[in-house]
Amino acid sequence: MILHELISYEALRLIWWLLLGVLLIGFAVMDGFDLGAATMLPFVAKDDVERRVVINTIGPVWEGNQVWLILGGGAIFAAWPPLYAVSFSGFYLAMFTILFALILRPVGFKYRSKLDDPRWRSAWDWALFIGGAVPSLIFGVAVGNVLQGVPFHFNNDLRIFYDGTTLFELLNPFALLCGLVSVSMLVMHGAAWLSIKSEGSVADRAHAWGKIAALLTAALFVLGGIYLWLGVDGYRITSDVDPAGPSNPLGKTVVMEAGAWFHNYAAYPLTMLAPVLGIAGALSAYVLLNARRDITAILATTLSIAGIISTVGLAMFPFILPSTVDPNSSLLVWDASSSHLTLFIMLVVTIIFIPIIIAYTAWVFRVMWGKVNEKDIREDRGHAY
Amino acid sequence: MELDIVALSRLQFAMTALYHFLFVPLTLGLSVLIAIMETVYVMTGRRIWRQMTKFWGTLFGINFVVGVATGIVMEFQFGMNWSYYSLYVGDIFGAPLAIEGLMAFFLEATFVGLFFFGWDRLSKVGHLIATWAVAIGSNLSALWILIANGWMQNPVGSAFNPQTMRMEVTDFFEVLFNPVAQAKFVHTVSAGYVTASVFVLGVSAWYLYNKRHTDLAKRSMTVAASFGLASALSVVVLGDESGYLTTEHQKMKLAAMESMWETEPAPAAFTLIGFPDQEARETHFAVRIPWALGLIATRSLTTQIPGINELVDHAKVRIREGISAYDAVQQIRSASTPSAVPQAAHEALEKYGNDLGYALLLKRYVDDPRKATDADIDKAAWDTVPYVLPLFWSFRIMVGLGFFFIALMATFFYLSARRTLDHYPWLLRLATIAIPLPWIAAELGWFVAEFGRQPWIIEGVLPTAAAVSSLGATTVLITLLGFVAIYTVLFIIEISLMVRAIKAGPAPDDAPEAELIPSSLVAAE
Repeated sequence: MILHELISYEALRLIWWLLLGVLLIGFAVMDGFDLGAATMLPFVAKDDVERRVVINTIGPVWEGNQVWLILGGGAIFAAWPPLYAVSFSGFYLAMFTILFALILRPVGFKYRSKLDDPRWRSAWDWALFIGGAVPSLIFGVAVGNVLQGVPFHFNNDLRIFYDGTTLFELLNPFALLCGLVSVSMLVMHGAAWLSIKSEGSVADRAHAWGKIAALLTAALFVLGGIYLWLGVDGYRITSDVDPAGPSNPLGKTVVMEAGAWFHNYAAYPLTMLAPVLGIAGALSAYVLLNARRDITAILATTLSIAGIISTVGLAMFPFILPSTVDPNSSLLVWDASSSHLTLFIMLVVTIIFIPIIIAYTAWVFRVMWGKVNEKDIREDRGHAY
Repeated sequence: MELDIVALSRLQFAMTALYHFLFVPLTLGLSVLIAIMETVYVMTGRRIWRQMTKFWGTLFGINFVVGVATGIVMEFQFGMNWSYYSLYVGDIFGAPLAIEGLMAFFLEATFVGLFFFGWDRLSKVGHLIATWAVAIGSNLSALWILIANGWMQNPVGSAFNPQTMRMEVTDFFEVLFNPVAQAKFVHTVSAGYVTASVFVLGVSAWYLYNKRHTDLAKRSMTVAASFGLASALSVVVLGDESGYLTTEHQKMKLAAMESMWETEPAPAAFTLIGFPDQEARETHFAVRIPWALGLIATRSLTTQIPGINELVDHAKVRIREGISAYDAVQQIRSASTPSAVPQAAHEALEKYGNDLGYALLLKRYVDDPRKATDADIDKAAWDTVPYVLPLFWSFRIMVGLGFFFIALMATFFYLSARRTLDHYPWLLRLATIAIPLPWIAAELGWFVAEFGRQPWIIEGVLPTAAAVSSLGATTVLITLLGFVAIYTVLFIIEISLMVRAIKAGPAPDDAPEAELIPSSLVAAE
């Protein structure tokens, strides 16, 4: 097969780095409002009918949204096998905690309404809260740790070894700050969704929470940037790297260096658009939620999420996972990808299917359009949960 | 088996996979059965079929969510517990997994929301499309995961790259059209259809026995028996195809399943029952049918099937050749520049590269396979024999159940055609009691396929013991216990909700449609 040589290996790696960003943003935007709404469940909804309103706003769509996470996992496996191998095993207990929380979510949605017992329902409400809040927090914590580097190294057979990553070490101050950015960002986004899909007191409380979360998102994000500048070392490549070379992460030298995560922003000022978008999106969301322009508000929260995630990716490029104990083992866009052929095949499949997925997802959202109100819930009209 | 990191990781994977596979077969089959029922509703307009769709849909939903919840774990576990595996074969194995997400999971998960929430918002045809999308999505996901699994059994279309220390894809179409994967797909999907058919048949039989919801029960039984008969036949025929391919690609698995220690003159006899003895390397109390195995497994009178002892001798040769390949890889990797690699190393890798995995079997005994003694090689060669007794019996029970399902479905198909479904109460009892059997058959099938491949995670390419992550045993023990705990709780809740929903029966459906739906949304009838 010669077809795949149409696109150079270097270009394919760059495209897949962009697609990695698209997938992460896709997950945070699509599943993000489910996670955010579930996190707010105990706070914006006080009685059973209100809680069912909240659950039914996301009920018909969360399953499809969650596939963004599954696809993210699968795509990292296919396009960046070393990243998949190192990060998922390196963050082992954190991943387990996320999985545990995510297991609670589908069953919580489905089983809560099956029995009329208040204790049963309250137990599932907390399960749903955990299923929303815990993954939101840990995903942010994970990003915080990726920025600082992870203590792993390869031996000559490319077997991966870890030098002490306990769950406790992952919860360092910078990572926790990133976790809080993530939670407030997704709560802001979920609040915008609830504002569109609900009415009355649920919508009022969602607006209030959303405004606080929007301000917090902007403030914590700026704080995170300052912390990164002052307190977190970046990484810099000190040898030649062939962007089209074989995926062998041991073929280069790397050093840790203060401020290295800001080099890309200095070299390419246009990249500053990402953090600007992150902050401006959150601040606009505050203004728009305040003005009850709910649909425009969710556009603002979406842009803010895209900006915040891109900020991290652009700061680190071409690093995707640095190593603290052996910086030379760090994973780069140029040495941690699949083969030329696999990247090409996966690109073709992605180009075919992503538009189809977007089309039918849009159709489903259109069919389910409209507010979920308490009257419908009481009369049990067309709501499964 | 001591509980080291390898054993614990295997236990955790087996536990989560077997548990996940309690829900998958029913999802596969019930989604199609529901889509068939709804199709009848849309074509005839008779509301009993709508009621059936909704009732079985409720049970489908209770089952589906646990399948979704446990499926997330599956997707992430490769990286968590099997990081060397992920790195070593991700270039090939990751692709079908990602395509599964793109092509199947999105379809299934996006439309399942419409299936439950869309009754009042869609036209009849619109809703039917959503239902079929769920069914097609679930079945496509089985296709892609079995392409991935088929490659683990028969790793085609790939080669080892010493520069990246991993297997890389050379021909994607070979991976896609891997005959093992295709046979496995049809076998597994048919098994799912049988599972759902037995489930629908058994639950309906219980209603009929208790003279409840008889209209719904009889119609459901007719659908289940006809669909189930075709599927049960297909599961056995395609199972046979799977076995035939095993003869070709996984000779050791076949020999172990059949407890065949010595090579026999063709056509070999089939051991119907017996007690395999791993220590003595023989089968006690064997009841044998002359010729049968040779005919089934090779479809010829003259092809010989190698026995375990002969295959172990083959393994010894391959281990020695693997050591040469391993040596070549080390030379290539330690060379300062690509041009400094001796030509002989490239030639050795070219010649013996397919046996590299056999050298890795030695890693259990020596760090550097090149320093292995003859005794080490002997031990490693015997490691290629999976534990025979459980394979031998699991396989026989699975096959026996397969034939039982054909008989069960044929009986009810006949009764349904004669309109005498309720004439034999003991048969209704039998159908209800049979409900758990397809799950037993499916789990045993998984066991034969996966345990029978041991000690390999990728047949002949990577030993399972080499594939694990470098985690602490305690860490994996904690997560194993955590998964067991949450899965047990979920299982109890799931079963009790299922039983509750079955006891409650279908929701009454006597309201005219126009009252339920705003007139603007009512489809023309």
